[in-house]
Parts: sequence; C-alpha cells; structure tokens
Amino acid sequence: MLKIEGLRAEIDGKEILKGIDLEVPTGEIHAIMGPNGSGKSTLSYVLSGREGYEITGGSATFDGHDLLGMEPEERAAAGLFLAFQYPVELPGVGNANFMRTALNAQRRAKGEPELDAMQFLKLARARMKELSMPEDMLKRGVNVGFSGGEKKRNEVLQMALLKPAIAILDETDSGLDIDALKIVADGVNAMRGPDFSALVITHYQRLLDYIVPDRVHVLMDGRIARSGGPELAHQLEAEGYASVEAA
Amino acid sequence: MNAVTEHNALTEPGAAGFLQRFEGLRARLPGRGLPWLEAMREAAAESFREQGFPTRRVEAWKYTDLAPLKEAGFGEALTPVDSAIPLPRAAAPRRVVFVDGRFSAELSDPDAPVRSLARHLDAAEGLLGSLARNDGVPLAALNTALFEDGALIDLADGEDGGIVEILSVVRADRPVALHPRHLVRLGAGAKLVLIERAWGHGESRYLHSPVLEFQVAADAHVTHVRIQQEARAGIHLSTVFAKVAEKGTYDSFLLHAGARLARAEAHVTLAGPFSAAHLDGAQLVGDGQHADCTTFLDHAAPDCPSRQTVKTVLAGRSRGVFQGKIHVHQIAQRTDGYQMNQALLLSDQAEIDSKPQLEIYADDVKCSHGATVGALDETQLFYLRSRGIPEAQARSMLIEAFLLDAVETVRDETARAALVEVVSGWWERTAA
Repeated sequence: MLKIEGLRAEIDGKEILKGIDLEVPTGEIHAIMGPNGSGKSTLSYVLSGREGYEITGGSATFDGHDLLGMEPEERAAAGLFLAFQYPVELPGVGNANFMRTALNAQRRAKGEPELDAMQFLKLARARMKELSMPEDMLKRGVNVGFSGGEKKRNEVLQMALLKPAIAILDETDSGLDIDALKIVADGVNAMRGPDFSALVITHYQRLLDYIVPDRVHVLMDGRIARSGGPELAHQLEAEGYASVEAA
Repeated sequence: MNAVTEHNALTEPGAAGFLQRFEGLRARLPGRGLPWLEAMREAAAESFREQGFPTRRVEAWKYTDLAPLKEAGFGEALTPVDSAIPLPRAAAPRRVVFVDGRFSAELSDPDAPVRSLARHLDAAEGLLGSLARNDGVPLAALNTALFEDGALIDLADGEDGGIVEILSVVRADRPVALHPRHLVRLGAGAKLVLIERAWGHGESRYLHSPVLEFQVAADAHVTHVRIQQEARAGIHLSTVFAKVAEKGTYDSFLLHAGARLARAEAHVTLAGPFSAAHLDGAQLVGDGQHADCTTFLDHAAPDCPSRQTVKTVLAGRSRGVFQGKIHVHQIAQRTDGYQMNQALLLSDQAEIDSKPQLEIYADDVKCSHGATVGALDETQLFYLRSRGIPEAQARSMLIEAFLLDAVETVRDETARAALVEVVSGWWERTAA
C-alpha cells in the first residue's frame, strides 16, 4: 500500500505540495485529477525521487518502505515505476540495451538471475506485440525520433517488462490520439490484479473511460481537495474544477 | 655491464639532454653509413637545437605545457630482454610488436605486411622524411635525429594489406625516452586498416614520442586507428603526417585513454581532387591527466570532403585540449568540410580548451563547424535511475553513448571493436 501523510515539498523556495494525505491500497487504481499547476507532476517526481525538490514535511511509504529516504533506483527496485509525462530521449543508448539493463538491475537487486540478450528479446517482442509497437523501436536510441504516441507506448512497454508493484502514470494520455490511448489503457489494464496498484495522474477524464479507477482524488493548490468514486471524474468533466473549489 | 650502465644513464633535463644523447649515440644509430640518412639526422638535430621543445609562447602549444620534460632527464632503453611482458589482447588478426621501441620478431606475426625500419633503411630512402618536417615541428626533428626503429609498411599498387595492429609496448620500469618512426606507403588503389596501439606497463615516468608518415596514392584507402594507453606516469607526444592523392582516403581515429600528459598532433594534406579524410577522435581524461588532440588539415585540391568529430570526457582534476585547424587553399573549390568537437565535463575541476580554426581562401566552399561543452544531463540520469539502474552505471551509460557516437564513424568493424573495448566501462574503472 502507498501511504502519503501530510506531504509537503517545495522547489526553489516555493511550496508546491502543501500537506497531501493519500492512501492507495494494494490492488487498487486511483486517479489524481487537477488543474495545471496544482502539483500533480511534482507529486509524481517527489515520489520517484527526482532531485531539486525539498521535502519540508510529512511522509510517503510503500509497503512499509520509507520512499523519501531512498535513491531513485532503490525505489524502482522496491517496485515503484513512474511513466513520465515527457519521456526522455537518450541518443546513443539503444532501447533494447536500456530496457535489458534496467530489468537486470532490478533483478539483481532482488537476487534474481539476469536475463541474457536472447531471453530478453523474446520477452520484449511478446510485450511489444501486445502494444502494437514495431520491432525496430528496440534498435533505435531510447525515445529518439519517436512520435509522442510512440514515446508513451515505450513507457508502457517498460512498465510491462519491469512489472512494478505500483505505477505512477503522469499524464500518460497527453498527446495521444484515441487509438493510442486505447492501446496504452489496455497495457495498464493488463497489469491489473491483486498485486498491482497505480496512481493515474491526468488532467482530463477521457483516459478514465478506459482505465476505470477505484477512487478519484482532486488535487488543488497542493492539497487533496476532494475524493470520490469514478463518478467524480464525470462530474469534473461536466462542471469543471471550479465546482470543487466552490464546494 | 659497463655498457648497460652507460646506455641507461640519465641525460640532462630538457632539450640539452636530448642533444647530448644524439651526440653520444650518433655513431651507433641505425643507418650509419647511409649518407642521405646521416645528413638527414644531422639537419634534424641542428633544427631541434635551434628550436628546442615548444613552449606555451608558441600558438600551437598554448594549452599544453611540456614542462614535465624539463623536470628530469631520460635514459636510453636497454636492449629488450626476453622477460615475460604482459601484452594486451590482439585487436587484429595480424599484429607486430615493438618492445621499448624495437621490433620484436618473436612477438610479431611473420605474415603481417610490416618490416622493421631499422633493418630495412635502404628501402626507406625517399619515403623517410618525405612528409615530416623539422621546421615548426621540433618533436618531428627530434624523432628524425634519434629514431632507432619503427614499422615500415609499403603496399604495392592494388595490394590489400588487410587489418594490421602495431603494438608499441613500453616497459615503464625506468625513465626511458623512445622515438619510434613508422612509415606507411600505399600504392595506387591499395588498402590497409592499421590499428596502432601505444601501451605502457609500469609506474616510471617515460617519454614515448612516435612519428608516422603516411603516403596515400590515388584511389588508395587507409583506416588508421590510434589507441593511446600509456602507463599512468608516461608522456606521449605523437606526430602524424599524411598526404592523400586523388580519390584516396585517410580515415583516422585517435583515442587518448592513458598517460599523464598526451598530445597527438596530425598534419594531413588532401593533395589530389576528390581525396577525403576523417580526423575523428575521443579523449578519456581522468584525474591528473592532460590530453591534447591537435590537427592541421590542408585542403590543397578541389572537391575534397573532410569530416572531424572529436569528443572529450573529463573527470576529476584534468585538462583536455582540442585544436582543429582547417586550411582551405584558394585552389580547393567545392571543399566540403565538417568539424564538431564536444566535451563532457564530469567535475568542476576539469577544464577543456577548444580551438577550432577555419582559414578559407577559396570562394565556393561548404564548411561547418561547431563546439559544445556540457555536463551530464540530470534529466537523462534521473530517467535511467528511475528504471532501477544504479547511479554509477547510469552515468557510465550516458558517457559511453556520448563517446560511441564518435566511435561509430569508424567503418571497419575490427577497428571499431578495438575502440569500443577501451571506451566501454572507462567511467566505472575511473570512478572506482
């Protein structure tokens, strides 16, 4: 279970997260919605350990691990995965090599045997087929020359290979057409199960038609302003964030 | 025993010591009795006497200080004894080995198209000194005065020399000075892939200062990959001269990966129309090291393309130098030149001095150049770490990606693999 209590964080002296309380029980998918600048991406970066954020209060634990005291790679080994809003291009680093290195690093951290190139390719090809990804994307530099949709699918592919216990999807729907959105949603839904939870961060309700959340939380000005069932997403779509503010 | 002691005596520090050595050795240097060579050595020694070692007052030496040569003298290398020398794995199917500057028949492949220069000096007349000049290049003058041996490769028209490695091993257990001379001539349409590796083993300071002359005839193609892996207290100062005739190509790649102080200088002339050159390189500069890649490229004929990508990675307290001069002569119309140099600084105490220089006297020319200096991208680093890749490994991946982009310009697979082997894991070895 992901448990966030009173989490406060600032960047360059400006407070962005102002006391977040949130629990995502194992096996559930929760959505975080909120207007631009409400702190959605900051929350995802703080949870995954990006530098540059000052934690000024509160805690975040995952299955009892103190996330905030861990290096990013340790969080990954503990089962946390962040699907980036803007996946990073790595010229000169082959996509297959990147994913195999990541997978083997995590396997090593867990004391599992590493996969050789052939074993990895077999695994990767199967997952890519499910995500309708052309095979040459394995040979290219990581995200180099990928379209917006390809980059997001590449994030989901990494998630499918790394099999995290909890995934944070940071606006994975942005920049996707409806077909790509369905493929990405199918990829996430395929992971659903009693051992997988996810925090789906989105600005729009659209993605939540395909990944139906157990709970929806509205993030406003660095705090969870409201929580509810999936119907809350539809209400927001119809009435806008101002309705939450008024309430 | 007396002879051994005498030969290994240290000379005075600085230029005087090297001249003293020339006086002491001249009667015993190979080629004694060949009037043309004796005259050439005398003239070179005289030229070096006038010039001395370059100082930082000389424009081309502004960023590289040869003061370490003045700290103490150097001795002559002893005749190699057959002690077991640790050799790196061969990079090419055929390898010739020089130990402390001298050809080792025992360690060399007899089928390689390489002869010992010292034993075949009669065949070097007209080739030796055809490109190297004393004036303005005192290290070349010093080499001509003092060289004792080197490789002689002379390929006939249309001959394919295959892939050959020249390994120059220095046993760095005493402060020796070595001045090998390598001569390479490719007849019309000939081909050669040459992997030239300088490899030092030991803790002593020493000077390894080879000079190479490349004559590339029409339609000939040479790939020249240089891997500098001197021992940690070594000083490496190398100079290459190459001249390329019509439709010939000189594709070179320099990799600096060792030495306390290293400079590789290349003087390349595209002398015939449609000749081409690659002057690429990578410099891996760790704490306490200084590496310098300096090139002079003369476009002296029309319709010639040239490409240059040089990447430098610097860690700890280190300094890197890139100087790339491209001179496009008035006759060299339709020159197509490209130059890029990029440096990656891994520490606040590392410094890169980068000096691209374009002198263009022709009017119909396409020449572009660029330079970047930066640190590792924190966002890229975070992306890798967020996937579970430990920080040191993530850094290593990004550093290698930066370097391999340059290495990939080497088309020959064997030569490229030899470079990749040195570049891979450099950071993890350095940071360890």
